[in-house]
Amino acid sequence: MLNKAHFKALGFVGLLTIVLVFGLPRQTAAQFKLAIGSLFLPLFGLSRTAHHLTREAGDALVSRGELLRLNEALRHTNAVLQLQGQQLAAVIAENDRLRAYYNWQRTTLWKDRLRLARVVARDPANWWQTISIDLGSLQGMREDLPVLSQEGLVGRIKSVSLTRSQVVLISDPGCKVSAAIEGTRELGVITGSASPINHTLVRLSHLASTTVIKPGQTVRTSGSGGVFPAGIHIGKIAEDPQAVDFGQSSEARVKLGADLNALDEVWVLTMP
Amino acid sequence: MNSLSPILILLTAFIAVFLEASFDGFRHWLGVQIDLLPSLIVYASLSSSMVTITLLAVLGGLWFDSLSANPLGITVLPLFLAGFLIYLRRGLILREQIFARWVLGLAASGFVPLVTIVLLLTLRQAPLLGWEFVWQWMVMTASGALLTPVCFRFFDGLDHLLVYRPAKESSFRPDREIRRGR
Repeated sequence: MLNKAHFKALGFVGLLTIVLVFGLPRQTAAQFKLAIGSLFLPLFGLSRTAHHLTREAGDALVSRGELLRLNEALRHTNAVLQLQGQQLAAVIAENDRLRAYYNWQRTTLWKDRLRLARVVARDPANWWQTISIDLGSLQGMREDLPVLSQEGLVGRIKSVSLTRSQVVLISDPGCKVSAAIEGTRELGVITGSASPINHTLVRLSHLASTTVIKPGQTVRTSGSGGVFPAGIHIGKIAEDPQAVDFGQSSEARVKLGADLNALDEVWVLTMP
Repeated sequence: MNSLSPILILLTAFIAVFLEASFDGFRHWLGVQIDLLPSLIVYASLSSSMVTITLLAVLGGLWFDSLSANPLGITVLPLFLAGFLIYLRRGLILREQIFARWVLGLAASGFVPLVTIVLLLTLRQAPLLGWEFVWQWMVMTASGALLTPVCFRFFDGLDHLLVYRPAKESSFRPDREIRRGR
């Protein structure tokens, strides 16, 4: 049987929900969210310190032989990359000459605008695919900046607070990416996760019904849409495309280059 | 009721939300993050007052939403409704039975995400729906059912350890002692 206390509790929660969800302006709600979220900062700090200490303890246990072997492997990789860099410098110079000859606009190099960020949290709700990183507006972050890992595109910044930013991952339907398939003129749109368990598989939709693509072909950002620059690696076609919408268009699954389940550090592509 | 119990419940909710955001073990394994708040609200609704249930729903919901892409406050109402409905019938529920705890955990863990999704759709948000959500919902519901008895066990243990209990009065009375002679 409902009594006065029950009605009071119901009324309080109902009113609070209406005020918070429907009544607050977006900016104020974001500030409230930031204020409440900052209560977790000591715990995130503790977690970070514990992680750091564990890693340091692990480093201290690595044998000298193992370190020497790693050092040798890094030297070798460094030498190979230096040689490739020299070769690339020559190719870039040649490319610039050709662009000048045909009067084409020079492509902006985005590799110099990357900022390293650490992943501090993942969305606790399963129906969103977002992560939080430790860079905010104080570090020059702003909405819609692309976020990458060494293996490929991760997502884009959705919201920014002073010291933290929320990144919507490429497997979320809210992060649509215009994609091009290397070696063809095919364009499509990445429209979220294609598997309930494996979030490294995403859907490549809006392909032409007559599209001819094969598993293993590389998918990169097309540059159209204005958010992601062209040429960022997304992944590889995982299987043959299938017709959808009664044969009006086709759809393929793409195996992402970046492992979205194991992100510790990401790169944010800042504005020039 | 001791004032320590609500504090322990709220503290556990705070740590649970933090762990859900920072610990990825279940997400790697099942592709789904499990939610501890429905299990906590079941415990609170069977063991605490209406004030504790309201506080847990409001604070737990706000903490959860602050680390999520959810609109702030959207999780408060589903959590509160789950707790409130159990609280109204708690006199009829066999709290000590593991099966009852299991069923209530199953129901609350299934109810909370569904109502949250309905509210999100009402607000014209676009959460991940489809087969992905069916799988997530099943795992969340099953894990909530398994975790609720564990939650009861944990809090009963804490209660036993930390909460003061008055000593039971002995039936021994010195004036009624039978003195045996030789």
